[in-house]
Amino acid sequence: MEYAAQQTMNALAFGAEYALLALGLAIVFSIMGLVNFAHGEVIAVGGYTMVAFAALITANPLIIIFGAVGACIIASLALERVAFRPVRYADATTGLLTAFGVSMILQNLFLLLVSPRPIAVTSLYFLDWPMEIFGIRVSSLQVFESVSTVVVIMALMMFLRRTKLGLAMRAASLDFEMVRLMGIKANRVFAMAFMISGLLAGLACIFIMARRGSVDPHLGFNPVLKAFVACVVGGFGSLPGAVLGGFLLGAVEVGMLVLLPQEYGGMKDAFVFGIIGLVLVWRPDGILSPAQEKGDKL
Amino acid sequence: MLKIENLKVFHGPIEAVHGISLTVGKGKCVSLLGPNGAGKTSTISAICGVASCTGTIRLENVDLSTKHIEARVRSGISVSPEGRRVFSNLSVEENLILGGAIRSDLPEVKKDVGKWFDTFPILGERSRQPAGTLSGGEQQMLAIARALMSKPKILLLDEPSLGLAPMIVGQIFAMIKTLKAEGMTILLVEQNAHQALQLSDYAYLLNNGQVHAEGTAEILGNSDSLMAELTGIT
Repeated sequence: MEYAAQQTMNALAFGAEYALLALGLAIVFSIMGLVNFAHGEVIAVGGYTMVAFAALITANPLIIIFGAVGACIIASLALERVAFRPVRYADATTGLLTAFGVSMILQNLFLLLVSPRPIAVTSLYFLDWPMEIFGIRVSSLQVFESVSTVVVIMALMMFLRRTKLGLAMRAASLDFEMVRLMGIKANRVFAMAFMISGLLAGLACIFIMARRGSVDPHLGFNPVLKAFVACVVGGFGSLPGAVLGGFLLGAVEVGMLVLLPQEYGGMKDAFVFGIIGLVLVWRPDGILSPAQEKGDKL
Repeated sequence: MLKIENLKVFHGPIEAVHGISLTVGKGKCVSLLGPNGAGKTSTISAICGVASCTGTIRLENVDLSTKHIEARVRSGISVSPEGRRVFSNLSVEENLILGGAIRSDLPEVKKDVGKWFDTFPILGERSRQPAGTLSGGEQQMLAIARALMSKPKILLLDEPSLGLAPMIVGQIFAMIKTLKAEGMTILLVEQNAHQALQLSDYAYLLNNGQVHAEGTAEILGNSDSLMAELTGIT
């Protein structure tokens, strides 16, 4: 019983991390058709900001956390302004290559200007302690991660349904020109998408850093790759799909860890991607493909 | 109110409209008529700022030609585009709220949404449904209502009868007639020349990107040769 509960928590925590990152990718993709591979570098910026804050400014973990999230938001907005705005209306391939380019430049900047080696950040260890819920011992970090992800997703839903800019963002995923014809400024919609994406990356950054305890130039690469897979499984561009894909991927990963015999443990990813492949054979556009809700555009 | 001079519209390297001039007076309904490919929708797109163009576009003596799409809408232009283009993933109500996005008085916007639901009970009944589930005629009503939510100075209506059943077309034209009676300035693009002329004060007949003929609705409507050209019936 306890083992099952712990593994469920594991799956939820992994899934929450993927869902946060996948949402960040999906919200940008749904609006400008851009697969933002530089998303991982936004996370790394958050990690290095933690290092800088901890070394130079304060030991107060709250300030470090807010600083990191703020840095992620600023980094994401800066990427939009500097790199993606000039190619906004260009071909999707141009955007993709731009994202790859930006990602490489940033990774190499981290390598050159900071350090190729991991730098330890211990300020967030306090988030993780063994916690007892209904007599079952779980990791507090995993509880925080799952709960805050759910809260953020609900807040995002409220924003997308209740505010004018939120409505505009949903509408923009279908017909951006028509949104502009409503008098809504395109720059505001794009900036908001990147801001939300940065906020989600910042939140993910906290949990990634709390678990790993160190930052290196490739901090965000693996998580974002997984988030990309989550997006594809859920249906690229669909926000509910990104969340579903994220949690599904988390569940499958943990499921494989539990089910596979010890000696096949190294082949976990092969099995995970095999299952993902099967899902895509079943639904080539992803489980909640946005294409289905598009209707006729005439 | 709206004054366009020597307007040339380009789609990439192709010039679709070759220097037309037209005027829409305050409170008037002016029609742009003509066959497919005459440049009607291109003209509308140019006025909205969607298509690239040269020439001058003035709304109440404000030059719009250098402004962005958003700024033109904020200056008082609103469009119900060809093919309706309602936000099919948003509810009917959300479509209307977005239509009033440039207004800062949200309670008033909500009140106006309520008024439209009184005018078109069918939209009111479906206020929470995705707009994509509406029928073509309902979507057209929604598109016009959405365009009016911004309280525009001039309403551009691009082919409001396109693809609708004759009975629904009648309803749409009745709606336009009411709008005109309320004093709305309208630039109407139509292939349905007979019905468009019935409620227009003035009309321009476009062909191959040029103004082929213009005149008051009576003159154009009574000219058999022009009507034959417009309707294709000889």
